[in-house]
Amino acid sequence: MTITNDPQTSNAGVTPAQDLVNIVIDGVEMSVPKGTLVIRAAEQIGIEIPRFCDHPLLTPVAACRACLIEIDGVPKPQPACAQTVSDGMNIKTQHSSEVARIAQEGVMEFLLVNHPLDCPICDKGGECPLQNQAMSVGRPESRFEGEKRTFPKPINVNAQILLDRERCVSCARCTRFAEEIAGDPSLELLERGAQQQVGTADDQPFDSYYSGNTVQICPVGALTSSSYRFRSRPFDLVSVPTTCEHCASGCSLRTDFRRGVVTRRLAWDDPEVNQEWNCDKGRFAFAYQSSGRIELPLVRENGELRPASWPEAMSIAAEGLAAAGKATGVLIGGRSTLEDAYAYSKFARVVLKTDNIDFRARANSPEEAQFLSAHIAGRTLSTTYRDLDSASAVLLVTFEPEDESPIVLLRLRAAVKNGTKVHTIAPVYSLGSEKLSANWIECAPGAETEALRNLDPAVKNALTQPGAVVLVGERAASVPGALSAIAALVSETQAKLAWIPRRAGERGALEAGALAGLLPSGRPISDETARQEVAAAWGVDSQSLPQPGLSGSELIEAIASKKITALVTGGVEASDLPNGADLLNAIDSANFVIALGTHHSAITERADVVFPVAVVTEKAGTFMDWEGRAKPFGAAFREALTISDAGVLAMLASACGQPFVGETRALRSELASLGGWKGGRVATPTTPAVSATEAARFRLATWRQLLDSGVMQEGEPHLAATARPSVARMSDTDHVAMGAPGAVTVTGPAGTITLPVEVAPVVIGSIWLPMNSPESHIYEQLGCGYGDSVEVNATNMSTNMATGGIA
Amino acid sequence: MKLTPVITEFWDDPQLYTLDGYRRHGGYQALAKALKSDPDSIITTVKDSGLRGRGGAGFPTGLKWSFVPQNDGKPHYLVVNADESEPGACKDIPIMIANPHALLEGVIITSYAIRANHAFIYIRGEVPQAIRKVAYAVQQAREAGLIGKNIQGSGFDLEVTVHAGAGAYICGEETALLDSLEGYRGQPRLKPPFPAVAGLYASPTVINNVETIANIPYIVDRGVEWFRQFGTEKSPGFKVFAVSGHVKRPGIYEAPLGITMRELLDYAGGMRDGSEVKFWIPGGSSVPMLTAEHLDLPLTYEAMTDAGTMLGTGTPMVFDQTVSVVKAVTRWLEFYKHESCGKCTPCREGTYWITGVLEKFEHGHGSEPELDTLHTLCGQISGRSFCALGDAAATPYPGAMKYFADEFRAATHTSADSQFDPTRSYVFSEAVTVGAAHS
Repeated sequence: MTITNDPQTSNAGVTPAQDLVNIVIDGVEMSVPKGTLVIRAAEQIGIEIPRFCDHPLLTPVAACRACLIEIDGVPKPQPACAQTVSDGMNIKTQHSSEVARIAQEGVMEFLLVNHPLDCPICDKGGECPLQNQAMSVGRPESRFEGEKRTFPKPINVNAQILLDRERCVSCARCTRFAEEIAGDPSLELLERGAQQQVGTADDQPFDSYYSGNTVQICPVGALTSSSYRFRSRPFDLVSVPTTCEHCASGCSLRTDFRRGVVTRRLAWDDPEVNQEWNCDKGRFAFAYQSSGRIELPLVRENGELRPASWPEAMSIAAEGLAAAGKATGVLIGGRSTLEDAYAYSKFARVVLKTDNIDFRARANSPEEAQFLSAHIAGRTLSTTYRDLDSASAVLLVTFEPEDESPIVLLRLRAAVKNGTKVHTIAPVYSLGSEKLSANWIECAPGAETEALRNLDPAVKNALTQPGAVVLVGERAASVPGALSAIAALVSETQAKLAWIPRRAGERGALEAGALAGLLPSGRPISDETARQEVAAAWGVDSQSLPQPGLSGSELIEAIASKKITALVTGGVEASDLPNGADLLNAIDSANFVIALGTHHSAITERADVVFPVAVVTEKAGTFMDWEGRAKPFGAAFREALTISDAGVLAMLASACGQPFVGETRALRSELASLGGWKGGRVATPTTPAVSATEAARFRLATWRQLLDSGVMQEGEPHLAATARPSVARMSDTDHVAMGAPGAVTVTGPAGTITLPVEVAPVVIGSIWLPMNSPESHIYEQLGCGYGDSVEVNATNMSTNMATGGIA
Repeated sequence: MKLTPVITEFWDDPQLYTLDGYRRHGGYQALAKALKSDPDSIITTVKDSGLRGRGGAGFPTGLKWSFVPQNDGKPHYLVVNADESEPGACKDIPIMIANPHALLEGVIITSYAIRANHAFIYIRGEVPQAIRKVAYAVQQAREAGLIGKNIQGSGFDLEVTVHAGAGAYICGEETALLDSLEGYRGQPRLKPPFPAVAGLYASPTVINNVETIANIPYIVDRGVEWFRQFGTEKSPGFKVFAVSGHVKRPGIYEAPLGITMRELLDYAGGMRDGSEVKFWIPGGSSVPMLTAEHLDLPLTYEAMTDAGTMLGTGTPMVFDQTVSVVKAVTRWLEFYKHESCGKCTPCREGTYWITGVLEKFEHGHGSEPELDTLHTLCGQISGRSFCALGDAAATPYPGAMKYFADEFRAATHTSADSQFDPTRSYVFSEAVTVGAAHS
């Protein structure tokens, strides 16, 4: 049997014959590419060689010796995980070689010498490679009668990850993951011999956003998570494939649940996206799904919200919308599924007959809307993770991948190891930049436009090389002219472009046309052909589609000034907006507000009608990652009684006399049937830079840390305890000039934030604060945002705060 | 066979460790000669000499040097393995204490030959005397322009760094030594790549034992013919034998390879009075033991291999009839258990298990089936471990069983101390327990 000579296989992607070598495994002849590891070659023909330290995404160590096999002509058994094939190699695994069988059996017996064999109380029992392989290749009984070495257990390697050193088989998967993949080499093997153990430096926790992966790849029960430990047995769980709802990285996950409660989430394999990894937020932040939910529709009566039946709430909602006529608007948060966003998009245009819609419940600008319409919408998969793998150069602008899209960091780290050069235009040389060995193009916050226009010719030249990529984060919307400058740069250098929003729903919402002026798949609403195509799909007359409407702050101002009298919101957190108070005031002044949401919020409190909607486990949907890759998922809890946003909107549409189908798959296929847009696009933005008018002592640099005060991280204290502490960061120069204080007070228009200060690579004249972390909520406490002028003063803090002891 | 003091020739000069002392006896003449010749010709000379590594494995030194790719644009390094930690081995440390410049001259010549501009001497941390002597030699050599920039006007630059280990036997394994030298935890590296291609800082590196390098000046100075007049075809040259154990004059005896243990015993004054050879190991605890019947075998790489053991470090330990084999093997295994680095399963868990079983035997609590268990456990380590430490740990028991199975059987009911009064084996209590005086 020759695997790669399958005539069915197309020529594309087949290794040229000269790079193939012929080998024999257990009598089966095969051809595999040069350099293939024996263990991988054996997998291709379904031969499973036992392994512990081996992991396809980690470099071989050949430490556990479980995979010893016999090779003709080689005197000693060789580790299949580290042995590469060579032409004519005759390999005999445990299935055809007594030497290999005995060697594997011996190693397996050794592995159990110091293992506690506490399977009946171990979380891993039932899904444990040690258990499974001891059964398949081990001896029936151990001859070991001595005393096992013991350790106190468990110990925390960080707040979320617990280590049982007795169970550890020293495979070094976790330590290699920490070093090779995450770039957080604070987990190490310590001591020697049977005393060898995984550990961290004295009282220094395993500080990593990716720490949960170590639990998943641990081949024994040595690493467990605080959130799952002793909660369940794997054979009692139902597993469903899902897509992470936290950010635009688009990780495939496996959600495990038991009796209607999610017990854990695991990274699932998507070679194109997250490979086999995910971040701790995606893994552990799911408790929010099952607590604090809105359970029933609510309607306002005598100024108070009261529970109501669905029909009653629907008719009140329909009446309220009818009263407002076309003076309506739709505002959705960035967490909608593609189908839900599409339903909002369609609902606005067909039912409300308005184009006043926006999905950007965060700092945004008209320039951004224009940029997204012109360059991003309708261009799915034009720049992908794979492009990053092989990029010659990558320029990051207002984008911190480690905090804002953590899988992008992992892929870039791997790319950098293969020779990709990363450049970052940023006010801070972050830990993430350090992990990427990035070239720091220093830039005061808000001065990115100038930095882009005056880009070092060497960097610009690097971007003209084939395969160069520009990645811009959503914070660019805060900098006037930045997105215009990016568009110009990309046009000049022909570099690939990707826009990476933070939230999982934004890319899909853009594609769904949940933005004023934009119909699905990048169709301008002002384009007649586009209107006709969409109207046909929606079964309406193209004349009935609205004219371009309002988005962003214009939309909020229109509500405040009562030009818009009724508003539909979906999953909006007012505190996500820099002018969140303005939004709340506007909502207060609106005649009629319908809020769809999973949890109570400042907006649901002010709404006239509140509809509960399903969380991701209770509905099917699609998240579109930053690449524009659709990642569909089914409902974990199929018997859930909750209804998706689209379902609620469809009911409301019916109540309004404009019924449409709200079923997820129908919406998905309707959107798909629209197809791509070949016509003209919105013109590229040419917004000028705004030079700072006031002479600021300090400019505010800020972004959201991965683990922060986000509402979807609620209910998971162990995860929260692994968040990076809230500290201010400033340059050594500024710090010394201020008299080297232990803490600083930052003052903005709305108030102050006082935090311990840390000297860091920060542009002189800038101060960095976490945007939405404990003790540091920029919008609410300071009343300003990225790039704004703030006052900074030295402060004395109480000892516990100054040492970072902030809860 | 006569002793042939070469490296040890002037050890009676207390000033030999100084530059002047070394020069007084012809030191650094070989360097002057070497710097005038083509580096490749030095590699050829060493190849032709047939010098084999003195660290234990006996790999041909010149061949090892020739693996270093030349004109590859990368820095090359010479690393001297001076982490002598093998139980029973004590020959590198005396060389470094008594004749450090021989080592250093060898380092300079070798570096010149392999085009290394930086050499490292990794010395066992527990021996400050050796570290001080070598560091002092380096300092003097630097002051004399023997190392540094443009050595002796040759245009050759060399920096020498003396590095002290931190007490891990595994760091004598060459790739673990490299990791340790780079500042990492000392554990062996996966090969390939081999150090000659990607060693220290991922650059081509030659790693040689102290004694091997100390041979170089003499070979370069006196020539291949001279060197090959000693020893055998396959084991040419001479060897610094360090004899220890129940002999009257334990110590360093430099003799041609091929000398027999019986001859060495004679030089060492014979066994202590009233005592006879029970067993001996030719070169460190990592090689299988031999008995009195092997005393007339030539101490060469090939003859020792034929006898089922290895020449190893060439530091024979001789044990007399007062010693319990069970106890000796247990001590050795305790050493390997303590020093196993933990990286691979067979060595980490195997040494732990075997030691526990042997300790039972030592106390007379062993059982007959456990003898088989021990045998299979050694087989489960040997050839399955990541590096030679595991193989070494699997050596003493089968070696001992070959000749002393009865003693292990007796240990199923009688403790080692009951079989062999430990006080009788102590060398320092010889006068009391054996009743004989030193000659």
